[in-house]
Amino acid sequence: MRYRGGVGQWSWMFHRLTGVGVLIFLCLHIIDTFLIVLGPEHYNTVIGWYRYPLFRISEVGLFACVLYHALNGLRIILFEAWTSLVRWHRQMFYVQMALFAALMLPVTYLMLRPVFSR
Amino acid sequence: MAAPPALSSAYGRPKPIGGMDLWSWYFMRVSGLALLLLALGHLVIMHLINSVDVIDYDFVARRYVGWFWRGYDLLLLVLAMIHGLNGMRVIVDDYLHQPAQRRVAAWLLHGLGTILIVLGVVAVVTFRPPVTPVGVGQ
Repeated sequence: MRYRGGVGQWSWMFHRLTGVGVLIFLCLHIIDTFLIVLGPEHYNTVIGWYRYPLFRISEVGLFACVLYHALNGLRIILFEAWTSLVRWHRQMFYVQMALFAALMLPVTYLMLRPVFSR
Repeated sequence: MAAPPALSSAYGRPKPIGGMDLWSWYFMRVSGLALLLLALGHLVIMHLINSVDVIDYDFVARRYVGWFWRGYDLLLLVLAMIHGLNGMRVIVDDYLHQPAQRRVAAWLLHGLGTILIVLGVVAVVTFRPPVTPVGVGQ
């Protein structure tokens, strides 16, 4: 599609990838939540799967996808509101990624702590 | 096809001139801002304040005693699904060019979307825990 290289292309591609990833999880999450209507046995069995280490790591990935998509979307809205900011689009992307990393570090620690402390 | 503005790769989709595309463009931005709070809030509540270790049937039963969290979850469910499916539609339109292919894709997205939104709404609205638990948790 609009492959022009550089930061713009990567941020745009990751916006799509994270969006599709979150949508796929959301569809599965609606189905697992629906089991609550069928009773505790079904719901607790399936929700229990989320406690396996592989799932916990995936949940960190999900958090990262939502956070990236949110920050990148916010940057897009800022550009559209103040078009002159586009001059600094590269710098703004680096600030966005620094913020993303700064938030993901404690999030990853808090979410994975139970895996290593047992 | 007209060339997109030179800066389009640095930021969002060019603003459409009118019609449904313009409504879709506005919806993505307004719902996106709402979802920024709703979806990140949901993740913080479920994975940082609580965790998958404490989430089970009883947890949901305590959380769904009142209507606040049901309302929160309904809003999150509907906005996220429409935002996500509309995003998929934009992606599909970029890669599928034959009208027949687009029709099939639109059918799939609408069908799957409708079924899942209905399932989600039914779960949030009709869930009745057998015994009302004591205390209201997050």
